[in-house]
Amino acid sequence: MKKETTYLDYAATTPLDPRVLKVMLPFLKLDYGNPSSVHSVGQKAAEAVEKSRERLASFLNCSKEEIVFTGSATEANNLAIFGLVKKIQTLGFKSHIITSEIEHHAVIEPFKILEKQGIEVTYLSVDSEGRISFSDIEKAMKENTVLVSIMYANNEIGTIQPIKQIGELIKNNKKKLPSTDYQIPFFHTDAVQAVNYLDCDVNKLGVDLFTLSGHKIYGPKGVGALYIRKGTPMSPIIYGGGQESGLRSGTENVAGIVGLGEAVNQIKKQKSRLRQCHSTLRVSDHSIQRISDSMNSMSFGGRAKNKKIQRLRDKLIAGILKTIPGAKLNGSAKDRLPNNANFSFKGAEGEAMVIALDQKGIAVSTGSACSSKSLEPSHVLMALGLSEEEAHTSLRVTLGRGTKEQDIIKILKELPSIVKKLREISGSI
Amino acid sequence: MKPYYSKKAIQRFTNPKHFGNMKKPDAIGEVGNIRCGDIMKIYLKVDDKKGKKIIKDISFQTLGCAAAVATSDVICDLAKGKAFEDALRIDYKKVTDELGYLPAIKIHCAQLAQQGLKAAIEDYESPNRSKLRGIFSEKRLSDKKNNQ
Repeated sequence: MKKETTYLDYAATTPLDPRVLKVMLPFLKLDYGNPSSVHSVGQKAAEAVEKSRERLASFLNCSKEEIVFTGSATEANNLAIFGLVKKIQTLGFKSHIITSEIEHHAVIEPFKILEKQGIEVTYLSVDSEGRISFSDIEKAMKENTVLVSIMYANNEIGTIQPIKQIGELIKNNKKKLPSTDYQIPFFHTDAVQAVNYLDCDVNKLGVDLFTLSGHKIYGPKGVGALYIRKGTPMSPIIYGGGQESGLRSGTENVAGIVGLGEAVNQIKKQKSRLRQCHSTLRVSDHSIQRISDSMNSMSFGGRAKNKKIQRLRDKLIAGILKTIPGAKLNGSAKDRLPNNANFSFKGAEGEAMVIALDQKGIAVSTGSACSSKSLEPSHVLMALGLSEEEAHTSLRVTLGRGTKEQDIIKILKELPSIVKKLREISGSI
Repeated sequence: MKPYYSKKAIQRFTNPKHFGNMKKPDAIGEVGNIRCGDIMKIYLKVDDKKGKKIIKDISFQTLGCAAAVATSDVICDLAKGKAFEDALRIDYKKVTDELGYLPAIKIHCAQLAQQGLKAAIEDYESPNRSKLRGIFSEKRLSDKKNNQ
Protein backbone atom coordinates (compact mmCIF):
# COMPACT_ATOMS: atom_id res chain seq x y z
CA MET A 1 0.00 0.00 0.00
CA LYS A 2 1.23 3.49 -0.84
CA LYS A 3 2.19 5.42 2.22
CA GLU A 4 -0.05 8.36 1.45
CA THR A 5 -3.20 6.26 1.06
CA THR A 6 -6.18 7.71 2.87
CA TYR A 7 -7.84 4.62 4.28
CA LEU A 8 -11.56 5.07 4.91
CA ASP A 9 -12.69 1.47 4.75
CA TYR A 10 -12.44 0.37 8.39
CA ALA A 11 -15.64 -1.68 8.12
CA ALA A 12 -13.88 -3.91 5.57
CA THR A 13 -10.86 -4.42 7.78
CA THR A 14 -8.65 -2.56 10.22
CA PRO A 15 -4.88 -2.30 10.42
CA LEU A 16 -3.17 -4.45 13.03
CA ASP A 17 -2.54 -2.57 16.28
CA PRO A 18 1.27 -2.61 16.88
CA ARG A 19 0.62 -3.69 20.50
CA VAL A 20 -1.31 -6.66 19.15
CA LEU A 21 1.46 -7.55 16.74
CA LYS A 22 3.97 -7.37 19.56
CA VAL A 23 2.23 -10.04 21.65
CA MET A 24 1.63 -12.21 18.58
CA LEU A 25 5.20 -12.30 17.33
CA PRO A 26 6.66 -14.74 19.89
CA PHE A 27 4.04 -17.30 18.84
CA LEU A 28 5.04 -16.96 15.20
CA LYS A 29 8.74 -17.29 16.00
CA LEU A 30 9.87 -19.04 19.19
CA ASP A 31 6.80 -20.44 20.88
CA TYR A 32 5.57 -22.58 18.02
CA GLY A 33 4.16 -25.39 20.13
CA ASN A 34 0.89 -27.20 19.48
CA PRO A 35 -1.47 -26.50 22.41
CA SER A 36 -2.57 -30.13 22.36
CA SER A 37 0.98 -31.37 23.09
CA VAL A 38 1.59 -32.29 26.71
CA HIS A 39 5.24 -31.26 26.74
CA SER A 40 6.28 -27.84 27.91
CA VAL A 41 6.65 -26.42 24.38
CA GLY A 42 3.02 -27.26 23.71
CA GLN A 43 1.84 -26.18 27.13
CA LYS A 44 3.28 -22.73 26.64
CA ALA A 45 1.04 -22.32 23.60
CA ALA A 46 -1.93 -23.82 25.48
CA GLU A 47 -1.39 -21.33 28.29
CA ALA A 48 -1.42 -18.44 25.81
CA VAL A 49 -4.67 -19.66 24.25
CA GLU A 50 -6.28 -19.91 27.69
CA LYS A 51 -5.08 -16.45 28.69
CA SER A 52 -6.67 -15.07 25.55
CA ARG A 53 -9.88 -16.96 26.32
CA GLU A 54 -9.93 -15.31 29.76
CA ARG A 55 -9.51 -11.91 28.16
CA LEU A 56 -12.48 -12.50 25.89
CA ALA A 57 -14.52 -13.80 28.82
CA SER A 58 -13.71 -10.69 30.81
CA PHE A 59 -14.58 -8.46 27.85
CA LEU A 60 -17.93 -10.19 27.28
CA ASN A 61 -18.64 -10.72 30.97
CA CYS A 62 -18.97 -14.48 30.65
CA SER A 63 -16.98 -17.50 31.76
CA LYS A 64 -14.08 -18.73 29.69
CA GLU A 65 -15.71 -22.09 29.05
CA GLU A 66 -18.28 -20.22 27.01
CA ILE A 67 -15.78 -19.00 24.38
CA VAL A 68 -14.96 -20.98 21.23
CA PHE A 69 -12.22 -19.72 18.92
CA THR A 70 -12.86 -20.11 15.21
CA GLY A 71 -11.07 -19.34 11.96
CA SER A 72 -13.22 -16.30 11.23
CA ALA A 73 -16.43 -14.56 12.22
CA THR A 74 -18.06 -16.19 9.21
CA GLU A 75 -17.19 -19.55 10.71
CA ALA A 76 -18.48 -18.44 14.11
CA ASN A 77 -21.81 -17.43 12.52
CA ASN A 78 -21.97 -20.75 10.66
CA LEU A 79 -21.28 -22.62 13.90
CA ALA A 80 -23.93 -20.66 15.79
CA ILE A 81 -26.62 -21.29 13.18
CA PHE A 82 -25.86 -24.75 11.79
CA GLY A 83 -24.52 -26.05 15.11
CA LEU A 84 -27.62 -25.08 17.08
CA VAL A 85 -30.14 -26.23 14.49
CA LYS A 86 -28.26 -29.50 13.96
CA LYS A 87 -28.25 -30.26 17.68
CA ILE A 88 -31.96 -29.58 17.97
CA GLN A 89 -32.67 -31.68 14.87
CA THR A 90 -31.05 -34.64 16.59
CA LEU A 91 -33.75 -34.33 19.23
CA GLY A 92 -36.31 -34.90 16.48
CA PHE A 93 -37.71 -31.38 16.70
CA LYS A 94 -38.92 -29.45 13.65
CA SER A 95 -37.33 -26.02 13.86
CA HIS A 96 -38.31 -22.54 12.81
CA ILE A 97 -35.61 -19.86 12.69
CA ILE A 98 -35.75 -16.08 12.35
CA THR A 99 -33.30 -13.54 10.98
CA SER A 100 -33.44 -10.17 9.21
CA GLU A 101 -33.16 -9.17 5.57
CA ILE A 102 -30.10 -7.04 6.22
CA GLU A 103 -27.78 -9.58 7.83
CA HIS A 104 -24.26 -10.13 6.57
CA HIS A 105 -23.89 -12.91 4.01
CA ALA A 106 -22.27 -15.02 6.70
CA VAL A 107 -25.69 -15.25 8.36
CA ILE A 108 -28.03 -14.99 5.37
CA GLU A 109 -26.37 -17.80 3.42
CA PRO A 110 -26.52 -20.37 6.24
CA PHE A 111 -30.21 -19.47 6.65
CA LYS A 112 -30.81 -20.00 2.94
CA ILE A 113 -29.07 -23.37 3.06
CA LEU A 114 -31.19 -24.47 6.01
CA GLU A 115 -34.29 -23.21 4.21
CA LYS A 116 -33.40 -25.40 1.24
CA GLN A 117 -33.03 -28.31 3.64
CA GLY A 118 -36.59 -27.83 4.75
CA ILE A 119 -36.18 -25.71 7.88
CA GLU A 120 -38.84 -23.05 8.25
CA VAL A 121 -37.29 -19.58 7.97
CA THR A 122 -38.58 -16.03 8.53
CA TYR A 123 -36.65 -13.04 7.17
CA LEU A 124 -37.72 -9.89 9.01
CA SER A 125 -38.00 -6.74 6.95
CA VAL A 126 -36.62 -3.42 8.14
CA ASP A 127 -37.83 0.17 7.96
CA SER A 128 -36.28 2.80 5.67
CA GLU A 129 -33.47 3.37 8.19
CA GLY A 130 -32.67 -0.31 8.61
CA ARG A 131 -34.39 -0.92 11.94
CA ILE A 132 -36.26 -4.07 12.84
CA SER A 133 -39.54 -3.62 14.67
CA PHE A 134 -40.21 -5.35 17.98
CA SER A 135 -43.73 -6.22 16.95
CA ASP A 136 -42.43 -7.94 13.81
CA ILE A 137 -40.16 -10.10 15.94
CA GLU A 138 -42.97 -10.85 18.34
CA LYS A 139 -45.31 -11.74 15.48
CA ALA A 140 -42.71 -13.94 13.82
CA MET A 141 -42.02 -16.07 16.90
CA LYS A 142 -43.79 -19.40 16.88
CA GLU A 143 -44.10 -22.43 19.12
CA ASN A 144 -41.17 -24.06 17.32
CA THR A 145 -38.88 -21.04 16.93
CA VAL A 146 -35.50 -22.19 18.13
CA LEU A 147 -33.24 -19.38 16.94
CA VAL A 148 -33.43 -15.62 16.37
CA SER A 149 -30.33 -14.14 14.75
CA ILE A 150 -30.16 -10.35 14.55
CA MET A 151 -26.98 -8.41 13.85
CA TYR A 152 -25.84 -5.84 16.43
CA ALA A 153 -24.82 -3.21 13.85
CA ASN A 154 -24.99 -3.36 10.09
CA ASN A 155 -21.79 -3.49 8.06
CA GLU A 156 -23.06 -1.37 5.18
CA ILE A 157 -25.22 1.33 6.73
CA GLY A 158 -24.13 1.08 10.38
CA THR A 159 -27.66 0.85 11.74
CA ILE A 160 -27.62 -0.33 15.36
CA GLN A 161 -30.32 -2.75 16.46
CA PRO A 162 -31.64 -2.52 20.03
CA ILE A 163 -30.15 -5.90 20.95
CA LYS A 164 -30.75 -5.46 24.68
CA GLN A 165 -34.47 -4.80 24.18
CA ILE A 166 -34.76 -7.63 21.65
CA GLY A 167 -32.99 -9.85 24.18
CA GLU A 168 -35.61 -8.97 26.80
CA LEU A 169 -38.42 -9.58 24.35
CA ILE A 170 -37.06 -13.01 23.50
CA LYS A 171 -36.45 -13.82 27.14
CA ASN A 172 -40.08 -13.01 27.95
CA ASN A 173 -41.23 -15.32 25.17
CA LYS A 174 -39.00 -18.27 26.01
CA LYS A 175 -40.63 -21.60 26.54
CA LYS A 176 -39.45 -25.09 27.28
CA LEU A 177 -38.52 -27.29 24.36
CA PRO A 178 -40.58 -30.43 24.96
CA SER A 179 -38.77 -33.24 26.82
CA THR A 180 -35.59 -31.17 27.26
CA ASP A 181 -34.28 -28.51 29.61
CA TYR A 182 -33.78 -26.07 26.74
CA GLN A 183 -35.61 -22.77 26.80
CA ILE A 184 -36.33 -21.69 23.22
CA PRO A 185 -35.79 -19.54 21.20
CA PHE A 186 -32.06 -18.90 21.53
CA PHE A 187 -30.77 -15.48 20.58
CA HIS A 188 -27.71 -14.94 18.40
CA THR A 189 -26.12 -11.65 17.42
CA ASP A 190 -23.43 -11.06 14.83
CA ALA A 191 -21.56 -8.27 16.62
CA VAL A 192 -18.60 -8.04 14.26
CA GLN A 193 -19.08 -4.34 13.45
CA ALA A 194 -20.23 -3.37 16.95
CA VAL A 195 -17.38 -4.58 19.14
CA ASN A 196 -15.28 -1.41 18.74
CA TYR A 197 -18.09 0.90 19.71
CA LEU A 198 -20.93 -0.71 21.65
CA ASP A 199 -21.53 -2.47 24.95
CA CYS A 200 -20.55 -6.12 24.64
CA ASP A 201 -21.73 -7.45 27.99
CA VAL A 202 -23.56 -10.60 26.93
CA ASN A 203 -25.61 -10.67 30.11
CA LYS A 204 -26.78 -7.10 29.79
CA LEU A 205 -27.61 -7.81 26.16
CA GLY A 206 -29.35 -11.05 26.98
CA VAL A 207 -27.83 -12.96 24.08
CA ASP A 208 -27.06 -16.68 23.98
CA LEU A 209 -24.66 -16.55 21.06
CA PHE A 210 -22.37 -13.67 20.12
CA THR A 211 -19.98 -13.51 17.16
CA LEU A 212 -16.84 -11.43 16.97
CA SER A 213 -13.97 -11.05 14.54
CA GLY A 214 -10.27 -10.31 14.97
CA HIS A 215 -9.56 -8.15 11.97
CA LYS A 216 -12.38 -5.66 12.47
CA ILE A 217 -10.99 -4.65 15.84
CA TYR A 218 -7.34 -4.00 14.97
CA GLY A 219 -6.49 -7.66 15.48
CA PRO A 220 -5.33 -10.26 12.97
CA LYS A 221 -7.27 -11.85 10.12
CA GLY A 222 -8.03 -15.57 10.24
CA VAL A 223 -9.46 -15.62 13.74
CA GLY A 224 -12.90 -15.12 15.22
CA ALA A 225 -14.80 -16.29 18.25
CA LEU A 226 -18.25 -17.40 19.26
CA TYR A 227 -19.67 -16.92 22.73
CA ILE A 228 -22.00 -19.83 23.54
CA ARG A 229 -24.02 -19.36 26.73
CA LYS A 230 -23.82 -22.37 29.01
CA GLY A 231 -26.75 -24.66 28.34
CA THR A 232 -27.15 -23.71 24.68
CA PRO A 233 -27.48 -26.77 22.44
CA MET A 234 -24.58 -26.96 20.03
CA SER A 235 -23.14 -29.50 17.61
CA PRO A 236 -19.79 -29.05 15.90
CA ILE A 237 -19.69 -28.36 12.17
CA ILE A 238 -16.00 -29.26 11.83
CA TYR A 239 -14.79 -32.62 13.05
CA GLY A 240 -11.34 -33.87 13.92
CA GLY A 241 -9.10 -33.79 16.96
CA GLY A 242 -11.74 -32.32 19.25
CA GLN A 243 -10.12 -29.00 20.07
CA GLU A 244 -12.21 -26.18 21.57
CA SER A 245 -14.25 -28.59 23.72
CA GLY A 246 -15.02 -30.59 20.62
CA LEU A 247 -16.83 -27.69 18.99
CA ARG A 248 -14.09 -26.62 16.63
CA SER A 249 -11.53 -29.21 15.68
CA GLY A 250 -8.26 -28.15 14.10
CA THR A 251 -4.99 -27.05 15.68
CA GLU A 252 -5.50 -23.63 17.21
CA ASN A 253 -4.26 -20.53 15.41
CA VAL A 254 -2.22 -19.64 18.49
CA ALA A 255 -0.77 -16.33 17.30
CA GLY A 256 -4.16 -15.29 15.94
CA ILE A 257 -5.96 -16.19 19.14
CA VAL A 258 -3.36 -14.33 21.20
CA GLY A 259 -3.83 -11.34 18.89
CA LEU A 260 -7.60 -11.42 19.24
CA GLY A 261 -7.22 -11.51 23.03
CA GLU A 262 -4.96 -8.48 22.99
CA ALA A 263 -7.25 -6.62 20.59
CA VAL A 264 -10.24 -6.96 22.94
CA ASN A 265 -7.98 -6.17 25.87
CA GLN A 266 -7.08 -2.85 24.23
CA ILE A 267 -10.72 -2.01 23.63
CA LYS A 268 -11.53 -2.87 27.24
CA LYS A 269 -8.65 -0.78 28.56
CA GLN A 270 -9.70 2.17 26.48
CA LYS A 271 -13.29 1.87 27.63
CA SER A 272 -12.42 1.73 31.32
CA ARG A 273 -9.85 4.53 31.01
CA LEU A 274 -12.45 6.78 29.48
CA ARG A 275 -15.05 5.68 31.97
CA GLN A 276 -12.77 6.90 34.74
CA CYS A 277 -12.08 10.12 32.93
CA HIS A 278 -15.77 10.57 32.25
CA SER A 279 -16.75 10.07 35.87
CA THR A 280 -14.46 12.90 36.97
CA LEU A 281 -16.41 15.26 34.72
CA ARG A 282 -19.42 16.77 36.37
CA VAL A 283 -22.25 16.37 33.95
CA SER A 284 -23.90 19.63 34.85
CA ASP A 285 -24.18 21.07 31.40
CA HIS A 286 -27.57 20.45 29.94
CA SER A 287 -26.20 20.00 26.43
CA ILE A 288 -23.80 17.27 27.51
CA GLN A 289 -26.74 15.49 29.04
CA ARG A 290 -28.62 15.81 25.78
CA ILE A 291 -25.73 14.38 23.79
CA SER A 292 -25.51 11.51 26.21
CA ASP A 293 -29.21 10.85 25.92
CA SER A 294 -29.12 10.82 22.17
CA MET A 295 -26.40 8.22 22.21
CA ASN A 296 -27.89 5.98 24.82
CA SER A 297 -27.44 2.87 22.75
CA MET A 298 -23.69 3.09 23.18
CA SER A 299 -21.73 1.90 26.14
CA PHE A 300 -20.71 4.52 28.65
CA GLY A 301 -17.00 4.44 27.90
CA GLY A 302 -17.67 3.99 24.23
CA ARG A 303 -19.40 7.33 24.04
CA ALA A 304 -16.34 9.34 24.90
CA LYS A 305 -13.98 7.07 23.05
CA ASN A 306 -15.79 7.48 19.80
CA LYS A 307 -16.35 11.19 20.06
CA LYS A 308 -13.50 12.07 17.74
CA ILE A 309 -14.49 9.49 15.13
CA GLN A 310 -18.09 10.62 15.33
CA ARG A 311 -17.17 14.29 15.02
CA LEU A 312 -15.14 13.55 11.87
CA ARG A 313 -17.88 11.34 10.47
CA ASP A 314 -20.48 14.08 11.07
CA LYS A 315 -18.23 16.58 9.35
CA LEU A 316 -17.99 14.20 6.39
CA ILE A 317 -21.75 13.72 6.15
CA ALA A 318 -22.48 17.45 6.46
CA GLY A 319 -19.79 18.26 3.89
CA ILE A 320 -20.96 15.71 1.35
CA LEU A 321 -24.63 16.63 1.63
CA LYS A 322 -23.72 20.30 1.27
CA THR A 323 -21.31 20.09 -1.67
CA ILE A 324 -22.77 17.30 -3.81
CA PRO A 325 -26.17 18.04 -5.32
CA GLY A 326 -28.65 15.20 -4.94
CA ALA A 327 -26.50 13.35 -2.40
CA LYS A 328 -28.53 11.20 -0.03
CA LEU A 329 -27.53 9.61 3.28
CA ASN A 330 -28.58 5.97 3.57
CA GLY A 331 -29.45 4.46 6.92
CA SER A 332 -30.31 6.12 10.20
CA ALA A 333 -29.17 9.51 11.43
CA LYS A 334 -29.52 8.47 15.07
CA ASP A 335 -29.18 4.70 15.51
CA ARG A 336 -25.88 4.48 13.71
CA LEU A 337 -22.33 3.37 14.39
CA PRO A 338 -20.20 6.49 14.94
CA ASN A 339 -17.75 5.51 12.18
CA ASN A 340 -20.16 4.78 9.33
CA ALA A 341 -21.42 6.90 6.45
CA ASN A 342 -23.26 5.56 3.42
CA PHE A 343 -24.46 7.74 0.54
CA SER A 344 -26.22 7.44 -2.79
CA PHE A 345 -25.33 9.79 -5.65
CA LYS A 346 -27.81 9.42 -8.49
CA GLY A 347 -26.05 9.16 -11.84
CA ALA A 348 -22.66 8.06 -10.47
CA GLU A 349 -22.13 4.32 -10.14
CA GLY A 350 -20.60 3.02 -6.90
CA GLU A 351 -17.72 0.95 -8.22
CA ALA A 352 -16.76 3.74 -10.62
CA MET A 353 -16.53 6.15 -7.66
CA VAL A 354 -14.40 3.64 -5.72
CA ILE A 355 -11.97 3.26 -8.64
CA ALA A 356 -11.82 7.01 -9.25
CA LEU A 357 -11.16 7.71 -5.55
CA ASP A 358 -8.53 4.98 -5.52
CA GLN A 359 -6.73 6.89 -8.27
CA LYS A 360 -6.61 9.80 -5.86
CA GLY A 361 -5.22 7.62 -3.09
CA ILE A 362 -8.48 7.24 -1.15
CA ALA A 363 -9.73 3.76 -0.20
CA VAL A 364 -13.49 3.40 0.32
CA SER A 365 -16.01 0.83 -0.83
CA THR A 366 -19.44 0.25 -2.23
CA GLY A 367 -21.92 -1.74 -0.15
CA SER A 368 -19.52 -4.20 1.39
CA ALA A 369 -16.10 -5.52 0.51
CA CYS A 370 -17.34 -9.08 0.12
CA SER A 371 -20.11 -8.20 -2.29
CA SER A 372 -18.20 -5.62 -4.32
CA LYS A 373 -17.52 -8.18 -7.01
CA SER A 374 -21.15 -9.11 -7.35
CA LEU A 375 -23.39 -7.47 -9.92
CA GLU A 376 -26.48 -7.61 -7.75
CA PRO A 377 -27.43 -4.41 -5.97
CA SER A 378 -26.81 -4.49 -2.22
CA HIS A 379 -29.47 -6.57 -0.45
CA VAL A 380 -29.20 -4.21 2.52
CA LEU A 381 -29.95 -1.06 0.54
CA MET A 382 -32.73 -2.82 -1.36
CA ALA A 383 -34.25 -3.88 1.98
CA LEU A 384 -34.40 -0.20 3.01
CA GLY A 385 -36.62 0.36 -0.02
CA LEU A 386 -34.05 2.10 -2.19
CA SER A 387 -34.43 1.88 -5.98
CA GLU A 388 -31.97 -0.26 -7.91
CA GLU A 389 -30.33 2.88 -9.22
CA GLU A 390 -29.92 4.29 -5.71
CA ALA A 391 -28.44 0.98 -4.56
CA HIS A 392 -25.98 0.89 -7.45
CA THR A 393 -24.90 4.47 -6.88
CA SER A 394 -23.96 4.02 -3.25
CA LEU A 395 -20.69 4.59 -1.48
CA ARG A 396 -19.65 3.48 2.00
CA VAL A 397 -17.09 5.50 3.94
CA THR A 398 -16.02 4.06 7.28
CA LEU A 399 -13.66 5.71 9.73
CA GLY A 400 -11.41 4.30 12.40
CA ARG A 401 -8.70 4.93 14.97
CA GLY A 402 -6.26 6.19 12.36
CA THR A 403 -8.62 8.66 10.72
CA LYS A 404 -7.47 12.26 10.84
CA GLU A 405 -9.09 15.56 10.00
CA GLN A 406 -6.94 15.68 6.83
CA ASP A 407 -8.47 12.44 5.55
CA ILE A 408 -11.93 13.94 5.72
CA ILE A 409 -10.76 17.17 4.12
CA LYS A 410 -9.17 15.14 1.33
CA ILE A 411 -12.26 13.10 0.46
CA LEU A 412 -14.43 16.22 0.70
CA LYS A 413 -12.11 17.85 -1.80
CA GLU A 414 -11.94 14.94 -4.27
CA LEU A 415 -15.39 13.35 -4.26
CA PRO A 416 -17.52 16.25 -5.60
CA SER A 417 -15.57 16.50 -8.86
CA ILE A 418 -15.57 12.71 -9.29
CA VAL A 419 -19.35 12.55 -8.90
CA LYS A 420 -19.72 15.51 -11.28
CA LYS A 421 -17.56 13.86 -13.95
CA LEU A 422 -19.32 10.50 -13.64
CA ARG A 423 -22.66 12.26 -13.94
CA GLU A 424 -21.41 13.93 -17.12
CA ILE A 425 -20.34 10.54 -18.46
CA SER A 426 -23.69 8.98 -17.63
CA GLY A 427 -25.57 11.97 -19.00
CA SER A 428 -27.53 12.51 -15.84
CA ILE A 429 -26.55 16.03 -14.94
CA MET B 1 -0.79 -11.12 -9.59
CA LYS B 2 -2.23 -8.66 -12.05
CA PRO B 3 -4.07 -5.67 -10.60
CA TYR B 4 -7.87 -5.89 -10.68
CA TYR B 5 -8.00 -3.40 -13.56
CA SER B 6 -5.27 -2.96 -16.17
CA LYS B 7 -3.53 0.39 -16.45
CA LYS B 8 -5.16 0.87 -19.83
CA ALA B 9 -8.61 0.26 -18.38
CA ILE B 10 -7.97 2.79 -15.64
CA GLN B 11 -6.69 5.34 -18.15
CA ARG B 12 -9.73 4.87 -20.37
CA PHE B 13 -12.03 5.16 -17.39
CA THR B 14 -10.43 8.27 -15.93
CA ASN B 15 -10.00 10.01 -19.30
CA PRO B 16 -12.63 8.83 -21.73
CA LYS B 17 -12.55 10.71 -25.05
CA HIS B 18 -15.94 9.96 -26.51
CA PHE B 19 -18.47 10.58 -23.76
CA GLY B 20 -21.26 13.04 -24.09
CA ASN B 21 -24.61 13.73 -25.54
CA MET B 22 -24.70 14.25 -29.33
CA LYS B 23 -26.73 17.02 -30.91
CA LYS B 24 -29.13 15.61 -33.50
CA PRO B 25 -27.72 12.09 -33.70
CA ASP B 26 -28.68 9.92 -36.67
CA ALA B 27 -29.15 6.90 -34.43
CA ILE B 28 -29.13 5.88 -30.78
CA GLY B 29 -28.52 2.46 -29.25
CA GLU B 30 -29.47 1.83 -25.65
CA VAL B 31 -28.54 -1.37 -23.82
CA GLY B 32 -28.11 -2.70 -20.30
CA ASN B 33 -30.35 -2.48 -17.29
CA ILE B 34 -30.18 -0.80 -13.94
CA ARG B 35 -30.52 -4.04 -12.00
CA CYS B 36 -27.01 -5.01 -13.12
CA GLY B 37 -25.92 -1.42 -12.67
CA ASP B 38 -25.00 -0.63 -16.27
CA ILE B 39 -26.92 1.48 -18.78
CA MET B 40 -25.12 2.36 -21.99
CA LYS B 41 -26.21 4.69 -24.80
CA ILE B 42 -24.34 4.94 -28.09
CA TYR B 43 -25.00 7.90 -30.42
CA LEU B 44 -24.10 7.86 -34.11
CA LYS B 45 -23.69 10.39 -36.88
CA VAL B 46 -23.78 8.52 -40.17
CA ASP B 47 -22.37 9.43 -43.56
CA ASP B 48 -24.80 7.71 -45.89
CA LYS B 49 -23.59 7.89 -49.50
CA LYS B 50 -24.57 5.58 -52.30
CA GLY B 51 -25.71 2.91 -49.87
CA LYS B 52 -22.36 2.97 -48.03
CA LYS B 53 -22.96 3.90 -44.43
CA ILE B 54 -19.98 5.17 -42.52
CA ILE B 55 -19.87 6.11 -38.83
CA LYS B 56 -18.75 9.69 -39.06
CA ASP B 57 -19.06 10.44 -35.39
CA ILE B 58 -19.84 8.40 -32.30
CA SER B 59 -20.26 9.11 -28.60
CA PHE B 60 -21.57 7.40 -25.50
CA GLN B 61 -23.33 8.03 -22.23
CA THR B 62 -22.87 5.28 -19.66
CA LEU B 63 -24.09 4.87 -16.11
CA GLY B 64 -21.95 2.02 -14.92
CA CYS B 65 -18.77 0.75 -13.38
CA ALA B 66 -15.25 1.68 -14.44
CA ALA B 67 -15.18 -1.23 -16.91
CA ALA B 68 -18.46 -0.16 -18.49
CA VAL B 69 -17.12 3.36 -19.04
CA ALA B 70 -13.79 2.08 -20.40
CA THR B 71 -15.40 -0.40 -22.82
CA SER B 72 -17.86 2.27 -24.02
CA ASP B 73 -14.95 4.53 -24.85
CA VAL B 74 -13.03 1.75 -26.61
CA ILE B 75 -15.98 0.70 -28.77
CA CYS B 76 -16.35 4.33 -29.90
CA ASP B 77 -12.67 4.44 -30.81
CA LEU B 78 -12.89 1.19 -32.74
CA ALA B 79 -16.08 2.07 -34.61
CA LYS B 80 -15.30 5.65 -35.58
CA GLY B 81 -14.78 6.02 -39.34
CA LYS B 82 -15.84 2.46 -40.05
CA ALA B 83 -18.50 1.30 -42.46
CA PHE B 84 -21.47 -0.41 -40.80
CA GLU B 85 -20.48 -3.89 -42.00
CA ASP B 86 -17.00 -3.47 -40.53
CA ALA B 87 -18.29 -1.94 -37.32
CA LEU B 88 -20.61 -4.89 -36.81
CA ARG B 89 -17.62 -7.20 -37.02
CA ILE B 90 -16.00 -5.63 -33.94
CA ASP B 91 -16.00 -8.40 -31.39
CA TYR B 92 -16.12 -7.83 -27.64
CA LYS B 93 -12.79 -9.66 -27.42
CA LYS B 94 -11.28 -6.90 -29.51
CA VAL B 95 -12.57 -4.42 -26.92
CA THR B 96 -11.04 -6.46 -24.09
CA ASP B 97 -7.75 -6.73 -25.98
CA GLU B 98 -7.61 -2.96 -26.32
CA LEU B 99 -7.71 -2.74 -22.52
CA GLY B 100 -5.12 -5.47 -22.03
CA TYR B 101 -7.53 -7.54 -19.97
CA LEU B 102 -10.67 -7.25 -17.90
CA PRO B 103 -11.55 -9.11 -14.70
CA ALA B 104 -13.71 -12.14 -15.53
CA ILE B 105 -16.76 -10.60 -13.88
CA LYS B 106 -16.44 -7.51 -16.10
CA ILE B 107 -16.25 -9.27 -19.49
CA HIS B 108 -19.97 -8.62 -19.82
CA CYS B 109 -19.17 -4.89 -20.01
CA ALA B 110 -17.23 -5.48 -23.24
CA GLN B 111 -20.18 -7.53 -24.52
CA LEU B 112 -22.50 -4.70 -23.55
CA ALA B 113 -20.38 -2.25 -25.57
CA GLN B 114 -20.56 -4.51 -28.61
CA GLN B 115 -24.33 -4.80 -28.17
CA GLY B 116 -24.64 -1.02 -27.74
CA LEU B 117 -22.94 -0.37 -31.06
CA LYS B 118 -25.07 -3.02 -32.75
CA ALA B 119 -28.22 -1.50 -31.26
CA ALA B 120 -27.27 1.93 -32.58
CA ILE B 121 -26.66 0.55 -36.08
CA GLU B 122 -29.93 -1.35 -35.92
CA ASP B 123 -31.66 1.83 -34.87
CA TYR B 124 -30.30 3.56 -37.95
CA GLU B 125 -31.50 0.74 -40.18
CA SER B 126 -34.89 0.56 -38.52
CA PRO B 127 -37.84 2.11 -40.33
CA ASN B 128 -38.94 3.62 -37.02
CA ARG B 129 -35.60 5.26 -36.49
CA SER B 130 -36.64 8.89 -36.60
CA LYS B 131 -39.63 8.17 -34.40
CA LEU B 132 -37.52 6.38 -31.80
CA ARG B 133 -34.95 9.12 -31.82
CA GLY B 134 -37.71 11.62 -31.25
CA ILE B 135 -38.78 9.75 -28.14
CA PHE B 136 -35.25 9.63 -26.81
CA SER B 137 -34.55 13.30 -27.27
CA GLU B 138 -37.95 14.33 -25.92
CA LYS B 139 -37.42 12.11 -22.90
CA ARG B 140 -34.02 13.61 -22.31
CA LEU B 141 -35.43 17.10 -22.55
CA SER B 142 -38.19 16.30 -20.10
CA ASP B 143 -35.70 14.60 -17.77
CA LYS B 144 -33.62 17.74 -17.85
CA LYS B 145 -36.61 19.89 -17.09
CA ASN B 146 -37.55 17.66 -14.19
CA ASN B 147 -34.08 17.93 -12.77
CA GLN B 148 -34.09 21.70 -12.87
